[in-house]
Amino acid sequence: MKKKSVDIIPIGRVENKILHKLSIPINRCFGYPCRINEEWEAPSYAYNPDRKQYNSTRILKELCGWIKNDSIRIIGVTNLDLYIPIFTFVFGEAQLGNHCAIISLSRLRQEYYGLPPDNGLLLSRVEKEAIHELAHTFGLTHCHDVNCVMHASYTIGDTDVKSNQFCKLCNHKLTFKLEDLVEFL
Amino acid sequence: MNTQVRILIVDDELIVREALCNYLKEDGYGAVAVEGGEEALRKVEGEDWNILFVDLKMPGMDGLEVLSRVKEIKPDLPVIIITAYATIDSAVQAMKNGAYDYIVKPFDPEAIALVVEKVVEHQNLVRENILLRERLEEEYKFEEIIGKSKLMQEVFELVKNVAESDASVLITGESGTGKELIARAIHANSSRRYNPFITASCGAMPEGLLESELFGHERGAFTGALYTKKGRFELADGGTLFLDEIGEISPKTQVDLLRVLDEKSFRRVGGIELISVDVRIVSATNKDLKKAIQRGIFREDLFYRLNVVSIHLPPLRERREDIPLLTDHFLNKFRAETNKMIERISPKALELIMEYDWPGNVRELENAVERAVVVGKKKEIIPEDLPFFKQGVPERTESKSLREREKHHIFQVLEENGWNISKTAEDLEIDRVTLYNKIKKYNLEKSKTNSKSKADG
Repeated sequence: MKKKSVDIIPIGRVENKILHKLSIPINRCFGYPCRINEEWEAPSYAYNPDRKQYNSTRILKELCGWIKNDSIRIIGVTNLDLYIPIFTFVFGEAQLGNHCAIISLSRLRQEYYGLPPDNGLLLSRVEKEAIHELAHTFGLTHCHDVNCVMHASYTIGDTDVKSNQFCKLCNHKLTFKLEDLVEFL
Repeated sequence: MNTQVRILIVDDELIVREALCNYLKEDGYGAVAVEGGEEALRKVEGEDWNILFVDLKMPGMDGLEVLSRVKEIKPDLPVIIITAYATIDSAVQAMKNGAYDYIVKPFDPEAIALVVEKVVEHQNLVRENILLRERLEEEYKFEEIIGKSKLMQEVFELVKNVAESDASVLITGESGTGKELIARAIHANSSRRYNPFITASCGAMPEGLLESELFGHERGAFTGALYTKKGRFELADGGTLFLDEIGEISPKTQVDLLRVLDEKSFRRVGGIELISVDVRIVSATNKDLKKAIQRGIFREDLFYRLNVVSIHLPPLRERREDIPLLTDHFLNKFRAETNKMIERISPKALELIMEYDWPGNVRELENAVERAVVVGKKKEIIPEDLPFFKQGVPERTESKSLREREKHHIFQVLEENGWNISKTAEDLEIDRVTLYNKIKKYNLEKSKTNSKSKADG
């Protein structure tokens, strides 16, 4: 049987280099190969003109409708600024214990904070947020350990403080979930 | 991580319910969302929740009404009002109705996390506080003091009567009669019981040190005062200060103490700031303070300040009917501690115990039973196991050295008195500070049989 993949879907214009670099840590953490799909158009249905932001929950629903038989998980990657109705913004959103997640690069860029671009830092932040949201889809919740990638990011500072690794406990939980998934498959 | 923390969300908008629920679940909380007030009230009534998020504007029952009804059912449940239409009036009304917080939609992701963490932390502290109070009450239960004799029943009655007042109490009685236990019982039965009970052993310290112990000192107040230190009066604020061996304090400290009792405020040693405290004073002595007043070594005005209520603890020889009860209590205690299979005290040994004069009172009895349990080899305690059985044949040191003789003599008297410092100092006809210095000089330590004796006299 063909092994399932994590599907990366660029939503709106996203640099190829970032998408390719992102596939390496996703493969390392979750053990599934990544497939970079064709770019989706910016989702006007999710746009809120008052907030000038895109509703991530609406996009997640669209991603769920796209799912293919050989997709283990889908992660949308976008440069658009995302929100959910109750929050002023989100770095990303995931369906806890389900299939889809999305991350926004908008607030991960130094330029957003009026600073000169820093590609290395951007890649490191993208990697952490993608692993974090995908791990939510495998059922992992937030962790108190500030160094763990599952620590919640409320500000960009939180993202920079945490590492791209799981703490012992979260690693154990993820291994358990992934093993469960293999048996199920 | 937080699944035992249950959060109920009440909002008519599906998208808010889903988003908030999903977010809280990502944080590991057990979140449940409902659409309207009626359903929320049913859930609040039927289940346990830690936090309630309620939308302000809902069709039918609005958020403020839900808040009021919840406060009637579960007044302690924290309710957080969320709204997209914030007005000062609604915020004021919500807080007046008992809302824990008022948050405006959309929130910063951090705001919601912080408010939940704050509530959970507060609830954990409350739970911990209740547990600690229960443990404290258990530890100082008044019923733990043993005595069925008429004399002790009178003491218990007096303790109950004076506990609730703030009157100063002077406890008198020979060493080893349990003065500190009574002081603790007064504290434990008073409205101050959840505040500190602080003890100060006045006889154990020389004048300067006692002053600094009682009132604290500022940094640099004297050589070696490297840090500012709070005194016992400050530590006991809101609670009870137990001044043990009050008869031993110097005239200078007597004046200082009188001033604090009069003014309810003091300055730390070397300090300028006047510190006010609310402290109840319970003091104890084995001395006859009235005689000390006559001899001019204890201030009469201080005596009347301390002695608003006096409680006299009878010596054990005056309440012999309590001896079997106490002996049984200590036997059970030390049997459990040492894991020995000693079942009872032989009739002959009990007869000896009943006949003995117990100059060291309950403490001596406790030490005697402990020793007997430790050295006893049979299923019952026999006369040979009792320390006073062999009295009159003291071990002698063969050394001719004055130092060795002194060391041996002090040790022996300490052991005989169950390491009661006051009694030993009295027997040796030296003051307590000198005795402490000698103990330190000769590096004297309690023997095994005396090692667990309580300093409760």
